[in-house]
Amino acid sequence: MSVSPPHVDGGMGQRVQRKEDARFIRGKGTYIDDVKLPGMLYLDIVRSPYAHAKITAIHTDKALKVPGVLAVITGKDLDAHKLAWMPTLMSDRQMVLPVDTVMYQAQEVAAVLAETRYAAADGVAAVEVDYEPLPVVVDPFKALEPGAPVLRPDRKEQSNHIWHWETGDKAGTDALLRSSAVVVAQDLYIPRIHVSSIETCGCIANWDGVNGKLTVWMTTQAPHAIRTVYALVLAGAGIPVPEANIRIISPDIGGGFGGKVPVYPGYVIATAASVLTNHPVKWIEDRSENIQADSFARDYHIHAEVGATKDGKVTALRVKTLADHGYTDAAANPSKFPAGLFHIITGSYPFAKAFVEVDAAYTNKPPGGIAYRCSFRVTEAAFTIERMIDRLATQLHIDPAEFRLKNFIPPEAFPYQSALGWTYDSGNYGGALRKAMELIDYPALRAEQAEKRKQGELMGIGISSFTEIVGAGPAHTFDILGIKMFDSAEVRVHPTGAVLARFGTKSQGQGHETTYAQILAEELGIPVGQIKVEEGDTDTAPYGLGTYASRSTPTAGAAAAMAARRIREKAQKIAAHLLEVSPADVEWKDYAFRVKGVPSKSKTMAEVAFAAYTNPPPNSEAGLEATYYYDPPNMTYPFGSYICVVDLDKETGQVHIRRFVAVDDCGTVINPMIVEGQVHGGLTMGLAPALLEEIQYDAQGNIRGGSFLDYLLPTAVETPHWETARTVTPSPHHPLGAKGIGESATVGAPAAIANAVVDALAPYGVTHIDIPIHPWKVWAAIHAGKAAKGG
Amino acid sequence: MIPPAFEYHAPGTVAETIGLLSQYNGEAKILAGGHSLLPLMKLRLAEPRALIDIQRIPNLAYVKEEGEFLKVGPVTRVNDLLGSPATAAYPILRDAAREIADPVVRNLGTVGGNLCHGDPGNDLPACWIALGGEMTVTGAKGSRTVPAASFYQDTFVTAVGPSEMLTEARVPKARPGQGSSYFKIEKRVGDFAIAGVATSLVLDGKGRIASAGLGLTGVGPTALAAGDAAQSLVGQSPDAAHVSHAAKLAAEAAKPSSDLRGPAEYKRAVVEALARRGIERAVARARGGK
Amino acid sequence: MALSSNTSTVRLTSTGPATHIRVTINGTAVEADVEPRTLLVHFLREQLGLTGTHIGCDTTSCGACTVHLDGKAVRSCTVLAIQTDGRAVRTVEGLEEGGKLSPVQAGFTEQHGLQCGFCTPGMMMTATAFLQKNPNPTEAEIRDAIRGNLCRCTGYLNIVKAIQSAAEKMRAPGGSP
Repeated sequence: MSVSPPHVDGGMGQRVQRKEDARFIRGKGTYIDDVKLPGMLYLDIVRSPYAHAKITAIHTDKALKVPGVLAVITGKDLDAHKLAWMPTLMSDRQMVLPVDTVMYQAQEVAAVLAETRYAAADGVAAVEVDYEPLPVVVDPFKALEPGAPVLRPDRKEQSNHIWHWETGDKAGTDALLRSSAVVVAQDLYIPRIHVSSIETCGCIANWDGVNGKLTVWMTTQAPHAIRTVYALVLAGAGIPVPEANIRIISPDIGGGFGGKVPVYPGYVIATAASVLTNHPVKWIEDRSENIQADSFARDYHIHAEVGATKDGKVTALRVKTLADHGYTDAAANPSKFPAGLFHIITGSYPFAKAFVEVDAAYTNKPPGGIAYRCSFRVTEAAFTIERMIDRLATQLHIDPAEFRLKNFIPPEAFPYQSALGWTYDSGNYGGALRKAMELIDYPALRAEQAEKRKQGELMGIGISSFTEIVGAGPAHTFDILGIKMFDSAEVRVHPTGAVLARFGTKSQGQGHETTYAQILAEELGIPVGQIKVEEGDTDTAPYGLGTYASRSTPTAGAAAAMAARRIREKAQKIAAHLLEVSPADVEWKDYAFRVKGVPSKSKTMAEVAFAAYTNPPPNSEAGLEATYYYDPPNMTYPFGSYICVVDLDKETGQVHIRRFVAVDDCGTVINPMIVEGQVHGGLTMGLAPALLEEIQYDAQGNIRGGSFLDYLLPTAVETPHWETARTVTPSPHHPLGAKGIGESATVGAPAAIANAVVDALAPYGVTHIDIPIHPWKVWAAIHAGKAAKGG
Repeated sequence: MIPPAFEYHAPGTVAETIGLLSQYNGEAKILAGGHSLLPLMKLRLAEPRALIDIQRIPNLAYVKEEGEFLKVGPVTRVNDLLGSPATAAYPILRDAAREIADPVVRNLGTVGGNLCHGDPGNDLPACWIALGGEMTVTGAKGSRTVPAASFYQDTFVTAVGPSEMLTEARVPKARPGQGSSYFKIEKRVGDFAIAGVATSLVLDGKGRIASAGLGLTGVGPTALAAGDAAQSLVGQSPDAAHVSHAAKLAAEAAKPSSDLRGPAEYKRAVVEALARRGIERAVARARGGK
Repeated sequence: MALSSNTSTVRLTSTGPATHIRVTINGTAVEADVEPRTLLVHFLREQLGLTGTHIGCDTTSCGACTVHLDGKAVRSCTVLAIQTDGRAVRTVEGLEEGGKLSPVQAGFTEQHGLQCGFCTPGMMMTATAFLQKNPNPTEAEIRDAIRGNLCRCTGYLNIVKAIQSAAEKMRAPGGSP
């Protein structure tokens, strides 16, 4: 007789098909623009053609004559209600609508309220605004020069310098770099990009004046935090609505990637319009508005220096950065550090000393600062260190794989304290790189490359061995408006053994309804089909900080496990009652409560649940449910090694990715199918900034690339056939050992691609090329290299 | 994004269409596939008073060899040009059709629209120039024939007057020994061209180039003819030296400007590379290759 | 805030003169009044409540709004509703037949070809029309066929696998798109 291993249907590690798919493949999802309320009005926004200008007049008469147009709302209207400005999370302030000055092209200038979407658009076209152009500051370096126009005269500090932040041992780093045998220095620009989820942002605000209740449907990744912000902003505007009377409903979200964390002016205007009219008001931005005005990502001008000993051991790292924040610092940054988690920049390497400083500047560009599918500022850091490691290896004439293997923080060093103060939980960096090298047959590729170089063909191999930092975060390092960054799970086991579980996070495609259910299936021994997961409605879900920075599994996933374990504690007593033994004689084993030593005497969780409502032990509380708020003791540190092979067309500069092998380690895997999907998507959002995406501005601050005609997302054609694999190094502090996987690939991939292109161009003496690597840059690098070598 | 209001007409004949165009006196636009016009209207960069939908006029969608020509009706969908057996001997047209936008857009996007929009990034104009094609333009006073080489006057300006419409586009019937190709590169598929080169040539019985035409996409205010490049090939054997020389002349014919797709000198270099590849491919095809 | 006076009735979709059209939507005859400028996607979503068809851009660039018009995949954001008079439109809501997922729908869920689900209806409509023409495609042909449908979540690989899997189902005896 064979004994089958203990099994629960849909437990952890199984490739469970996603529960949420059933509605999505039938076109029955409910995204924000699918919500329609009786009497709903539509809001559309007039935007500035200038990057910096004084508004001298707003003529609304023609717009108000457009059939169906009800009202035109201006900054002065909002100012009367103290709503023209709103606070940012970075202690700065942001205009909802300008009272007299616009600060960037496409900024909101006025809003048109109408009975239909079409009438609102016509109204917008009919509003006439008189502007007096003001001097424009586009370049953050020029913004900091003496005599530059002061963009924010409303601030006490009459300068465009926002803040300076530094961390690490400056003197020690300087000294160690001075004494290092080899030091390489490099300027790197990480361009301004945009997440461009395929669904844009939007909301429907519905003020119920009779009951004093505000309901806002919003495409938000963090509904509870938004609710608290709403309560605070409304109170500040003299409209005190108790937080219990504010309901934020985040419906199905068509991709977030950080872009649906901020509060955008359109949300506030729509809410004000609903309060003023007592009608539901819908605002859905179009794609141009989404790209041109919503929060940007990155825009870091970096100068990096790294040192090594003669025999190729890294010594110290020094980084100086200028951050372009646009006209206000509205970064969606929940950390205590103005530059987010940028000081993960020591990466996978044991630098003895490091020093990082960042200065932030105002320019006439849209505000924001979101992460673009990573923890805030982590891709900037990973790209820099992985580029610099290649620079060092080249300088030392050591193969970049060998150089990494020689330098990695060794597995036995974990938990490892980095030079800039982070405590890495676990890692086996060499294991991941060796696996990637084996999968792609690294020695064979190098041999092929040597052969190709003899023929004058350009082939490159690039490696990126990144360390990520996710799961924000521990109370000592993270908060939003003082609220600690725990997350929550509320789990109810019904009499029939079915489970309803609610969470403070919010999926935007990550598959929470499935992943969380699998965690609960594993912990409770209940089949996944019996478990329903809900998120996104603040009236029902427990308070949580939302989904971004790969935090859902590290925080809410942990909360699910902990809540389930609380349920098991109570259930054990009920099981003992049913089994007529003492609770101490019962153990949870193989998905059931079993009498110790007599495993055949057992009760399933469903049996226990039924008893919890029908036959609870004497003197005990009926019911079977638990809530857990999980405050992570540390961040988690997923890592991986990627190897990319490119072939370049010498004449046209085109980059063709021939192969891309990604070995990821996110600790314990809950659903391998979903994990692979997350990696594929992340890799593609790593390819995007490496080869395609950038938002540029001309000298007048005009946006270049403000629609999908010019802002080019990767298609299926440029995207290679990703090859993925994994190693498993569990996190020691997470209840399940899981680390989070949604963003690793976005963090790790750009450097692998850039390193591959630079490697291909090595025969021309090229040591760096800024992303996005458009064909003309490759061509220019080849020609500069040819010229330097005398043709 | 919402287009501004307009009046809509779906006439049943060309004559009716011309009548409506005259009636609106330049304030009406012809709607064919709509894949250039409607986005412009949604962005409110175009606000015509009326749209005249020519898609319900019978017999404006065809691809056929007839007499000395391959004739294409203006409402022919790009995918139908691509899939028509009649274009088998015109690989340049299939190359170009495959490069236009994406397969779904090509289901509605028309040959006439691609030829008449006047965007230098459109792919078919350079092909028509390379093939020595011509257009029939019909107005109130009847029809006239305009050679492709003089059809394009400036960006978004063609020989089609405000009260006229394209009623047929033709290219000379493929001859024995003819080979052709279209090469284009983009930053990403579906983007406007960094540069494109259309090539057509005929090899004589001795393997020399009897005639040639080259057209350029995306490197000037309109699609351009690279006449000197084509002329330099005539009477020559298609050896590496002659091909390279012609490619250099094609690059000289380009008038690129610097933009997000790269600096002008880069685009010129791309034209040279694509012209060389294009001529080589056309020669190979003329010799019976793929 | 200045309120205008000319606002007596709420018109749900139309602000101008309307034209009466007859369209077959997912096999059912529908009659409606539309303004000439009404985009097909708005007609489907707002007038008929078929919200499975999505809007992702303004420039005919993303494919989220793809539907079938007389059996061909088209962008419903770049077709006027009035142009569909007398014709047949199929949307994602019309993919399932007799309560059974189409091979493409089944392929997408089995191969994890969707994440946020927003591009998915358009992607499936493109894939369905493509497989009708090319029932045995290569990976490169699939990638080319969906090149006008942008997905920000999946990295396309599982979409390719979903379409391959759908093709296999369709080639099996009794299979149909």
